[in-house]
Amino acid sequence: MLEQETNPTISKSTGLPRKRFYRARAHSNPLSDSHFPVPISPSHVDYSLHYPHFFPPADQVNCSKKIQFADIGCGFGGLLISLSTLFPEVLMIGMELRDKVTEYVKERILALRVSNPGQYQNISVVRTNSMKYIPNYFEKGQLTKMFFLFPDPHFKEKNHRRRVISPHLLDEYAYVLGVGGIIYTITDVEELGDWMRSCLENHPMFEALTKEELEADPVVKLLSSATEEGQKVARNGGQTFQAVFRRIVPTS
Amino acid sequence: MEEKQIEEKETNRNVEVAPALIAVHPNQNSVAVAIGSDLRVYDLLGDCAVSLPDDSSPPFHKDSIRAIRYGANGKLFVSAGDDKVVKIWSAESWKCISAVCSEKRVSAVAISNDGQHVCFADKFGVVWVVDLRDINGNQAVVDKKAAPLLAHYCSIITSLEFSPDGQFIISADRDFKIRVTVFPKGPLDGAHEIQSFCLGHTEFVSCLDFVCTVDYPQGYLVSGSGDSTVRLWDIISGSLLDTCEVGAKVVSIKGENFVPTNLGSSSSSGLLWMVTGAANLPRFDHPSASRVKVISGFKKSSSPEAVEANVLEDDDIPGGVKMLEKLQGSASVEEKVFVTVAEAVKTAMCNLLIKKQYSVEKREFRKSTRNDKKIKQ
Repeated sequence: MLEQETNPTISKSTGLPRKRFYRARAHSNPLSDSHFPVPISPSHVDYSLHYPHFFPPADQVNCSKKIQFADIGCGFGGLLISLSTLFPEVLMIGMELRDKVTEYVKERILALRVSNPGQYQNISVVRTNSMKYIPNYFEKGQLTKMFFLFPDPHFKEKNHRRRVISPHLLDEYAYVLGVGGIIYTITDVEELGDWMRSCLENHPMFEALTKEELEADPVVKLLSSATEEGQKVARNGGQTFQAVFRRIVPTS
Repeated sequence: MEEKQIEEKETNRNVEVAPALIAVHPNQNSVAVAIGSDLRVYDLLGDCAVSLPDDSSPPFHKDSIRAIRYGANGKLFVSAGDDKVVKIWSAESWKCISAVCSEKRVSAVAISNDGQHVCFADKFGVVWVVDLRDINGNQAVVDKKAAPLLAHYCSIITSLEFSPDGQFIISADRDFKIRVTVFPKGPLDGAHEIQSFCLGHTEFVSCLDFVCTVDYPQGYLVSGSGDSTVRLWDIISGSLLDTCEVGAKVVSIKGENFVPTNLGSSSSSGLLWMVTGAANLPRFDHPSASRVKVISGFKKSSSPEAVEANVLEDDDIPGGVKMLEKLQGSASVEEKVFVTVAEAVKTAMCNLLIKKQYSVEKREFRKSTRNDKKIKQ
């Protein structure tokens, strides 16, 4: 009881962490060599740390599940939380560069697991630079969905190389996505939306989903409504620009 | 205090110590040494020094050479480095057949086995490819444009290698990663299909090579790293086959301190060529120095246990004293010089390849001086 009273970062009424104690700058330098541990290879990723329900440390039975959804730049975790109940058997992870924001998401997930027994066990977050270390976390063809929601636009041309969707980085995303896997991108910046779409169109290992396929996919609706960023854009009546593509076998 | 030290290191970067490099022709027709911006070649077949005429613009290298290579078919030679120009030479006539401009300083080069493509990597992690298929030896120097092939995000690429069957290009970086990419038929459009990542090193990867056996002609990839291990990989799956802690098998050179900065060999001769030396040495009588030595005993037929490695005397090395004079700049160099050289090279390489570890206090100091707070209105 006393512990709860002296911990102001967790709201007493909802049990969820309060955002204002996890304030962070909106931008983080993706080029800096930050100080966080990186797994040597995908087999070194500690699943029992992230998903203790599925991988109890003491259990001898080996669970063969692998992470299938990755939210790159997950921010405050809105998308993961929505996806968790839609796909309760699928393991998902959020990757975020900012220290404080990652802490917030960790606390949020822990609190949700406590207040909703049996639920939210399939989501987790890790603090890392996804532009450098994605191959350290995922094996070839492991992922079935990758999300890039409202990435940093890096408006200046000299900073375009810091954009998370770029022709060279798409090679790595194509490597970790299995054939048939889907990459979802959305932004409220039209120039960035055009850029991401054209990078994907010009890449030989991605093809656009058809209109029918987009309508049939329940995840597409979440892109603009599930995250804090998306909700802010909707509140301000802004437009969003989506590009959803499928990983294919290159035709040559 | 700490901040000042880091600033000092950064101003020194403009004139970095550059280690001496050596490369040997696949049939041991010639040997090349690069020391700073100076490229020295000795023709072993003709037993004479080669003077390099250079009609390309700009002629010769203006800044430290960081990578030199012979092509596997023995016809081409490439040199590149801090002056951002990749020079492609004919290894037979020693004319510079092409000069390619790079946007950034070059850290590694590779030539495809059929001699049709040259790849080079820059310090920002981009690997570029140049198409040589339309070059004919008698033309005047051609200026070629390079196309981006693939990239390691913001990491210095330390080594580039083509697989023995030419199907893959392997790139290693200072962020402990080795990437195996399919080398496509039309490389100018980029190499997008990654075959595997060879992950396991816990420090920067410094060098790559292939070993081929009769049973396995596709070859195994071998990599060396700052984590003091040499590892063996299967490039198709990216799996680590074996790890060797360095220090187990060492050949000692009697009576002197010889720390090689680069090694070279040709597949047929059974000799291991070594060079030690550097250029741009600060506060020193000799701004550059180099020494070449050769170890024999690596004949293919001998079993690993039977390797008797012998350091050859200067007179017994192919090319002899004449070759040493050309490549070293002088027949003999004072040995004390090389202890200092080795230290200088080690510091320069550490600064380049090992990430700066800021202390927790420094990081917190930097964070606290940033203005994050919302101004109350």
